[in-house]
Amino acid sequence: MKTIFMALAVVAMLTACGEKPQANSAGKHDVAPYGGTGKAFVDSGWKESDKLSWQSHLKARTQYGQNDHGRTN
Amino acid sequence: MARMKFICDAERCIECNGCVTACKNEHEVPWGVNRRRVVTLNDGVPGEKSISVACMHCSDAPCMAVCPVNCFYRTDEGVVLHDKDVCIGCGYCSYACPFGAPQFPSKGTFGVRGKMDKCTFCAGGPEVNGSQSEFEKYGRNRLAEGKLPACAEMCSTKALIAGDGDVVADILRNRVLRRGKGAEVWGWGTAYGSKQAGQPPAAVEGAKS
Repeated sequence: MKTIFMALAVVAMLTACGEKPQANSAGKHDVAPYGGTGKAFVDSGWKESDKLSWQSHLKARTQYGQNDHGRTN
Repeated sequence: MARMKFICDAERCIECNGCVTACKNEHEVPWGVNRRRVVTLNDGVPGEKSISVACMHCSDAPCMAVCPVNCFYRTDEGVVLHDKDVCIGCGYCSYACPFGAPQFPSKGTFGVRGKMDKCTFCAGGPEVNGSQSEFEKYGRNRLAEGKLPACAEMCSTKALIAGDGDVVADILRNRVLRRGKGAEVWGWGTAYGSKQAGQPPAAVEGAKS
């Protein structure tokens, strides 16, 4: 009986040692944006998971959407 | 691709706050938190200047340097993001940031500071791209949708430009040269190097913007 009681006490005291790891995971779960969202609400004209396609699409979008000199001349 | 960058053209900004509204609407940012705001110098005085300010996604970010729990990280595109699951809301980043970008919601009973919130360059955070949890914590991930930050795309005068740093620099350099300015503009040499800085304004044809 005493042995069982001691074993339970040890288990109770060691509970804290069973906590989940709290290692810093900042950014580890982030995925590159050129992977897309897999949803319909995505701008067309580029291929998901193709980094070069995504980059050139964004560059073109910057020029078209924000360079008014380029659009008017 | 170069790093993603914002720039605000003070000659064009009309303090309409369209960028602020676009940001709040796109990410459903709560009251009291302003990821972006418009700052006006000499407000009400003729010649006043306004610029739209948010996180500038610094190449050597001071917020990242002072964070005691190391919750910040930089993506391959140069966007400075943070993990809200790691942030403890201490506010050190708020003191370190020269732009006042870090924001803290205070909806607790005793005004307790919550997790830090800031501009994400519309790049979400460390959750699955386009997921509901990412939207609730960090807002919409427009980059993963093949779009650029909502604030810049909504800017009516195109004062605020966002995108690949090289393209953004080209757009602004073209504007400044058309205004008849060049090497005498403060910071020109730092931004564009000595090659462009040595060119006289007359070398560029075209009217002022």
